[in-house]
Amino acid sequence: MSFSEVLMIVPNAFLSAVIWLIILAVLLYLARSPVHRVILSASRALHRAFRMAAFSVMRAEGRLSQRNREVLLAAGREAAERMVEREFDRVDATVHRELAGYPELHRRMSEEITAIEEDHHNSSEVPPSPPGWTEAVDAVARIPAKADPMVANVLEDIHKSLVKAHEKATVEYRKATSQRHKLLERMRPHWRRLQQKVNLVDKNIEGLLERSKVIDRQMDEYQETIKGTDRAVRMLSSSSLSQFFISLLVMGVAVGGATINFYLIARPMAEMVGGTSSIAGYQTADIAALVIIFVEVSMGLFLMESLRVTRLFPVIGALSDRQRHRMIGVTFAILLALASVEAGLAYMREILMQQELATQAILSGSGDGGEAGASIRWITTAAQMGLGFVLPFALVFVAIPLETFVQSLRTVLGLIAIGTLRTLAFALRLVASGSRYLGQLLVDLYDLLIFAPLWVEGKLSERREGAPAAAFATGGSGSAGGGASASAGGSRARGGGRSGSGKSGTSRSGGGKSGSGGNATGTEEKTEEGSA
Amino acid sequence: MKRLLTLSVLAVSVLVAGCPQKAPPERGVYLLIDTSGTYTKELDKAQRIINYILSRMNPGDHFAVARIDTGSFSEKDIVSRTTFDDRPSTANQQKRQFRRTINNFVEEVKPSQYTDITGGVLQATEWLSEVNAGQKVILIFSDLKEDLPKGYVRDDITLELSGFEVVALNVTKLRSDIVDPRKYMGRLDAWQKRVTQAGGEWRVINDLDHMTGLFKAKDE
Repeated sequence: MSFSEVLMIVPNAFLSAVIWLIILAVLLYLARSPVHRVILSASRALHRAFRMAAFSVMRAEGRLSQRNREVLLAAGREAAERMVEREFDRVDATVHRELAGYPELHRRMSEEITAIEEDHHNSSEVPPSPPGWTEAVDAVARIPAKADPMVANVLEDIHKSLVKAHEKATVEYRKATSQRHKLLERMRPHWRRLQQKVNLVDKNIEGLLERSKVIDRQMDEYQETIKGTDRAVRMLSSSSLSQFFISLLVMGVAVGGATINFYLIARPMAEMVGGTSSIAGYQTADIAALVIIFVEVSMGLFLMESLRVTRLFPVIGALSDRQRHRMIGVTFAILLALASVEAGLAYMREILMQQELATQAILSGSGDGGEAGASIRWITTAAQMGLGFVLPFALVFVAIPLETFVQSLRTVLGLIAIGTLRTLAFALRLVASGSRYLGQLLVDLYDLLIFAPLWVEGKLSERREGAPAAAFATGGSGSAGGGASASAGGSRARGGGRSGSGKSGTSRSGGGKSGSGGNATGTEEKTEEGSA
Repeated sequence: MKRLLTLSVLAVSVLVAGCPQKAPPERGVYLLIDTSGTYTKELDKAQRIINYILSRMNPGDHFAVARIDTGSFSEKDIVSRTTFDDRPSTANQQKRQFRRTINNFVEEVKPSQYTDITGGVLQATEWLSEVNAGQKVILIFSDLKEDLPKGYVRDDITLELSGFEVVALNVTKLRSDIVDPRKYMGRLDAWQKRVTQAGGEWRVINDLDHMTGLFKAKDE
């Protein structure tokens, strides 16, 4: 007996199908209430689960944001402290440099002023003292006998003496004036020197004032960072992002330099460590070359750290000055040695290349073995050696972008993680809402499948609702209680379909429940009301 | 600590994704040169092939050149063999020395009466297995027409060529092949069948101006 034969209830296939459809519709109608409950419960559960997941993700995002903020502020605080400290160092250096010479400057200025005062004092004009015998002359001039020739002679002599004395006084006066001019002339360089020194002091004071303005500005930023204001966080965040990209760019350039360095020394390395051995599938010569470059970069890091340019290793920063200086010497010596080795390897590379070219030329039968161009070959040799020597020192400066990169990487990764978590939370919330409406949609689709029984049910309930109304109109009091109980049963059933309250279809389904569960509860409530 | 971790990750990523290249496998090449009859006139081509192979050899590779004569399953037929030194400069010198030896051989070689290719292949497999090369290549510079003296047993010998590449070079067409090309085709097919049944890979390169594909399969 085949499956199709089982399905054939009556000989006619169409009729069998119709009968099956009716049976199915009836079965589905009977199972409607529990199926609705299952669908709605499942959708509610999914909705809540996804909402909870979204909430957890948002909480994680919040914690991460807070942590990022703290890290950013800490980094900003450290950077601001560093900048302020550096500015103070500069001010300290300026003050030490300038004020250390201040007593000397003061002494010199005092000396200059004393010299000027002395010169000024010496140049003051002293009125010539009147001659002592002028009174005697005055007395002689009052002698009445002016006609007396003797007196006239005496007066003549006196006149001559007076003229002579006057001339002498004039000469002396001129001489003194000239002396004073000379003294004033001598004062000029003193003035100029004094002016220069005052200008110098003025310049230094201006510089200090400028520095103090910079410090003020940085202190303001520092205070904002300490307060943890949003503005400070925004500024630090954008600064961190730009620093990340700049350092990435510079590091890309550095990696280019390191790659050139690698190809410069990898080939001759085979002469030292052999060209056939390998470590983890990679040629030992290549790994040796790479290790040399890494050692150079490490030495560069230590050198920069010892010079206090970077602060990647707190241990080195905490060393005493003497130890630091010793470390600077050691790292520089190692770098110098490595640079010399690289220059040698670059030279060896050139020799190997020439030998190989010569062999290739012999094997291919092209003749001279690369003798042509030998006169200019020294240029490439020198260039390779120069590169081999310079690149290790150039790689030292990788430490600066590397530090910036490492510091800003934390912020950038944090921002990326926050963005990812936000997107994830949004997606989870979307899925939560979707699952809720999907449950609703499934309920409606279910009702669509059993539209025929529902239509019949609707008609029947309309008729039922019409009959009590007619009875009430004719004044039948006994049936009024029944009508009340029926409505109570209906309302209870609606209460059962609470989850679908927002939708007309579900409220209808709630009403539909009165067909099964609704009736039962309606009967119970009727009993309770009756007992009351 | 985090900074050190970041630095380490950066260093390792540079190491992994950076400049070092995977070490190529050690290559072992055994070249059999037919010296029978008129094939001695083709030896200048063999020289070109040897020079090409030498130019492609790296430190640590193995290379041997042997002649195919009446009884090739003999170490006396090996003209020159070497394992190139680890150091590129020494390997360079070895290449020059190898070339000189081959030149002397080509100048002094006398034609042999018979052609024992199977014996040569056996000798090649023995030597290449002995040096334990990563890539084993047997090159046969011959017309592939085997001609054995009476009493020499070669047909019943089973070759073991698993992991070997056998490349026939410059397989010239004999006068009889021109008359009946089926003979030429049959000869090639017979050798191909023999090699592949023994577990080896078979190739034929007749255009010696395009030898770049000789070691291509393993290089890439």
